[in-house]
Amino acid sequence: MGYVMDIKTDDYSIRHDSESATVFLRGFLRLDGMEKYQPVMDVLLTAVEQSAELTIDLRELEFLNSSGISMLSMFVVKVRDKGNVTLTLKGCDKVLWQTKSLKNLQRLMPSLTLVFA
Amino acid sequence: MNSTMSVQIYGEFLAAVPPSDEYLTLNFSPHNAPRKQRWKNYGLSADFLGDYFAAFFPDAAVPDSKINQRDTVKAAVSYVTNELLENAVKYTTTSGQHPISISLHLYSRQIIFHVTNCTDIALADGYQQFIQELLAADLDEYYLQQLEKAAAGSGQSSMGILTMMNDYATRFGWKFATLDTASNIIQVDVLAYLDV
Repeated sequence: MGYVMDIKTDDYSIRHDSESATVFLRGFLRLDGMEKYQPVMDVLLTAVEQSAELTIDLRELEFLNSSGISMLSMFVVKVRDKGNVTLTLKGCDKVLWQTKSLKNLQRLMPSLTLVFA
Repeated sequence: MNSTMSVQIYGEFLAAVPPSDEYLTLNFSPHNAPRKQRWKNYGLSADFLGDYFAAFFPDAAVPDSKINQRDTVKAAVSYVTNELLENAVKYTTTSGQHPISISLHLYSRQIIFHVTNCTDIALADGYQQFIQELLAADLDEYYLQQLEKAAAGSGQSSMGILTMMNDYATRFGWKFATLDTASNIIQVDVLAYLDV
């Protein structure tokens, strides 16, 4: 498996911290369609190959468009179908889209842990 | 099937948007920049409209929420505007010379979004098929079904409209009107109603 770089642009950053088995998504993510999310997906897939327990920290992700929500759904379903991974999503209850849309991902994978701080 | 179509209406489509004291319209000229640059501008416009309309609301507490009313309006308007513009771009024909237009009308408990774009028959047909499927389905079930479809990466899931409806309780009306029979240009008008 190739080394996957973290991603940083003016609008958002994606960082995988192997030590805490956490991927941090920050900023404003509104890419043009699901295929444009592949680099983000690659960071998530690499992270989940490395740990049986993974956390995605979304607390500082202020905006995610519906293509991004689809990308997260795709990742959650891949993890669900793998079967042996404990997945936690960390959200912030002061970010509206997270309070509105994250609970739907739990419907795709009931064992998914969703924590709001 | 729509070659003889003149006007098709779906959902809650008001013949005329009621007069409002506060409204704002943005028109995006066609083909003025590459799609990537325009895409960034739609995001900026969504944030601007969120800030603009949030300014009419107090920072009062919202029951069962840690987000005050002003910030709730800001984030909801920004999300809905962004998805409506992304959708308009997705369903806009590249051969036309027609702008995409978005207007927001403010009322005491509601914001009405009106988006206009022009498309061709093939795109309009696909859009109308989705709308018919959506209106015939149970929203909650259909949402989960389309989310699974998006997760499987199989074709268009239209999660934009579904998240607006399911997560933000936005209601919709659509009008498809043949603008120019010779060139088969269809004007799509979308009305989205967001309670605030």
